[in-house]
Amino acid sequence: MRSIIHLSKALVVAAAAVATLAAFNAAAQDEDTIKVGVLHSLSGTMAISETTLKDTVLMLIEEQNAAGGLLGKQLEAVVVDPASNWPLFAEKARELLDLQQVAVVFGCWTSVSRKSVLPVFEELNGLLFYPVQYEGEESSKNVFYTGAAPNQQAIPAVDYLMNELGAERWVLAGTDYVYPRTTNKILEAYLKAKGVADEDIMINYTPFGHSDWQSIVSDIKKFGSAGKKTAVVSTINGDANVPFYKELGNQGIAAEDIPVIAFSVGEEELSGIDTGPLVGHLAAWNYFMSVAADVNDDFIDEWLAFIDDEDRVTNDPMEAHYIGFKMWVEAVEKAGTTDPAAVQDAIIGVTVPNLSGGTATMLANHHITKPVLIGEIQDDGQFDIVWETPDLVPGDAWSDFLPGSMDIEADWVELKCGNYNTKTKECSGQNYE
Amino acid sequence: MRVRRLLPALRLLVVAPAFFCVSATAAFAAENAGVQAAVDALNTRSFDDKRAAATELAGIDDPRAAVVLEALLAGELFTERGSGRLVIATLVDEAAGPRAGYALRDAVTDEDLGETGRRGARRVTVNNALRRYLRGLVAGLRLRDEDANNRITAVRAVADAADPDLGPLLRERLAVETEGDVRDAIATALTVFDLDSPDEATRLAAIAASHGNLDGTVRMKLTALASDDADSGPVHSEAVRDAAKDALAAIERTVARFQTVETILFGLSLGSILVLAAIGLSITFGVMGVINMAHGELIMLGAYTTYVVQTLMPGALEYSIIVAIPAAFLVSGLVGIGIERGIIRFLYGRPLETLLATFGVSLILQQAVRSIFSPLNRAVATPQWMSGSWEIVTGLSFTYNRLYTLIFAGLVFVALLVILQRTRLGLEVRATMQNRSMARAMGIRSARVDALTFGLGAGIAGVAGVALSQLTNVGPNLGQGYIVDSFLVVVFGGVGNLWGTLVAGLSLGVVNKFLEPVTGAVVAKIVVLVFIILFIQKRPRGLFPQKGRAAEA
Repeated sequence: MRSIIHLSKALVVAAAAVATLAAFNAAAQDEDTIKVGVLHSLSGTMAISETTLKDTVLMLIEEQNAAGGLLGKQLEAVVVDPASNWPLFAEKARELLDLQQVAVVFGCWTSVSRKSVLPVFEELNGLLFYPVQYEGEESSKNVFYTGAAPNQQAIPAVDYLMNELGAERWVLAGTDYVYPRTTNKILEAYLKAKGVADEDIMINYTPFGHSDWQSIVSDIKKFGSAGKKTAVVSTINGDANVPFYKELGNQGIAAEDIPVIAFSVGEEELSGIDTGPLVGHLAAWNYFMSVAADVNDDFIDEWLAFIDDEDRVTNDPMEAHYIGFKMWVEAVEKAGTTDPAAVQDAIIGVTVPNLSGGTATMLANHHITKPVLIGEIQDDGQFDIVWETPDLVPGDAWSDFLPGSMDIEADWVELKCGNYNTKTKECSGQNYE
Repeated sequence: MRVRRLLPALRLLVVAPAFFCVSATAAFAAENAGVQAAVDALNTRSFDDKRAAATELAGIDDPRAAVVLEALLAGELFTERGSGRLVIATLVDEAAGPRAGYALRDAVTDEDLGETGRRGARRVTVNNALRRYLRGLVAGLRLRDEDANNRITAVRAVADAADPDLGPLLRERLAVETEGDVRDAIATALTVFDLDSPDEATRLAAIAASHGNLDGTVRMKLTALASDDADSGPVHSEAVRDAAKDALAAIERTVARFQTVETILFGLSLGSILVLAAIGLSITFGVMGVINMAHGELIMLGAYTTYVVQTLMPGALEYSIIVAIPAAFLVSGLVGIGIERGIIRFLYGRPLETLLATFGVSLILQQAVRSIFSPLNRAVATPQWMSGSWEIVTGLSFTYNRLYTLIFAGLVFVALLVILQRTRLGLEVRATMQNRSMARAMGIRSARVDALTFGLGAGIAGVAGVALSQLTNVGPNLGQGYIVDSFLVVVFGGVGNLWGTLVAGLSLGVVNKFLEPVTGAVVAKIVVLVFIILFIQKRPRGLFPQKGRAAEA
């Protein structure tokens, strides 16, 4: 096994060298541009999700350049490929900030990749826009979280199941890593606070890419036949969902009996499956492609034209990048410079239109306001929106339902701190100046 | 899918007479206005209001009502943008999807309204609760169907909806029904409704009737009745509670028995997948001593071949998977021979270098697939005969895709055994394996045998890929998930022994499935791994070690 590790290291180094060389050539071409870094995996496991986000940023840059650029300069994309390799994310981030001197980076998908680049961004004072829903419990001066915090996705979803569908028994099923574990911890605390008994909660974790769902689905079926309405809250990640839903369909569990609400299944994931057996199962997001809004119709048209494939879809993280990009542009215009420190100050309070016809505002804790939508899967791979929050929900970095984080607050305007304990009046962790 | 395609035809049958009626009689016009009002009421955002409107619509004795309800259930009821008129929309071009636009007809008058673009009309949304209710309503309307089998299906649908409002519909039907089978179906279905009856005697009778009934709805109702909560309905006497507890206990006993059988079936099915994935490796690793790290990618190639074959035969989804089996064998087999001739043959006797080289090959194959087919997973459709599950008895079922995989694994194993024991190639392979130099001395071209053996192992991997394409995602990383498991099975079973691979694969599958409910999937995997490590310490040559001098070499 040792030699395999050595070999893969050598390969990675070689790949990095080639990429750096290519990047140098690009850098030499034009000095009078603003560089925008794109840090998304274009190969490896995560390529399936992240390639789309790279294209989204490229489209937004192209659009901005067509509209006259920014501060009189053209934007130039610097695309690197961290290859779904977490340590490589940090190396690539350093390359973007140090070598390429990019003004801002759009990137990362998994929490572990974000955690891996965090020290680099804090050390070199870069700007990172992170577009994916995540487990919270973090607020860095250098990161802007444009995806949903748990209170913008998981909690409203559970509220919907409880109040609208009358669910009383809960299966919390997830892939075994940090996002599902933290989210389920928050949900468990929340459900218990709502008076759900211990025996009415079943928690189940499976490895990445799990494909043998027979016994788990059969367990869920058994758990759901105890006389109370049962719902499954799924934080199952990535392509493990396909065999999971297939098994649900094959074992005859219909959405009307046991609805499954997913936090990681969007239009992109559904485009790889026959959605027939999934009709009626739910997903909670802050954006769906089927949102009825003119701005969304325009965005979809632009995306399909850019990618030149009528079959492609749009999804929630794409909207997050859309919002993040517009916010950055507006903050740079407001500050009159791309200097990260100035942009960090200018961006707080910036309000831009989102794709569902409303607006998003950057909050002092570096999270944004979002509507929460619940959609039901349709047989064309799209979602019908069946419920939405009446108001925008402000993102909460530190959950109010976990014992460790209840008293913690993030505020980069008043407190200048991402981890401020209101009890001890202390700022701690890596998240402070 | 077939049902959906039939629907327009059905609709036409229903609509044609309705059309004449509408134009013919003035009396009908008043009725029609009622339909119009109820249909218009469906255009609301509130699902409660939609439900009320649907109920009203179902109460109107007009064929158009059924058509509108069916369209609503099938997701074909739209509102026209601008006018807000309710229309039934069908795709202009089924293959192109919504992009090509919709053909619209007025929901009430069936007037042709021409075509519109994808955003010219918006679907009237239906949520789960409403969908279930609608299914019951539509079934209620179908209770009057001419065909007895359709009536039985409708009765079951009404029972599944389990909505108290629908009970009277069944009773009405029972009063006029003459067909025996249908009467039986209604009686069973009514049990579900009687469990909610306000009358104690009816309830007790219903509970007695549901002894041994493994239907999910019945079980849920019984559990509620057996609970000690005060608010479980109007009649919740001691007698009802005890009777419900008895009935439930009987059901639980049956379920527990089935559970064990089910776990064994699940285990065998997991095991059969392990066997399929490992058996090709068992040949290359066991017979030739080549540690082929690209084995997983050969499986992946098989899965992609299934995808390509399916794409090439768009009209024949049901058969494409059969065609894919030999195709995958050829593709993976040829790639395997290519790898052997191009790389491995220069590295015989140098296991570490072979391992590194094949690891490199696996990366190359993965990235090649990523470049050709995109990094996104490909959707391989499941033919009709492989979806759903086989209900062995009520309460014990086995999904068809698993069943066929199990059978398929058995067939592949037998075929391989026949090849090795009964053909000339098999004889040469076994001879080369036992003593290479002696075999050469006897005139066997060992280089050719090596290439063919490797091709055979690779081909079997491709065939495994066809089976896996039905169970998991077809993507560039498909193979990685199976390579470690395959090595485990081969090492555990004993290198070079096909029977060992079979026994090892199946037993690991069953053990895994028995552990899973107790420990969870993650820990179950770890426990199995630790067990194998310990086992290998004790018996380094696996379950069925090879005996004789050749094995020592």
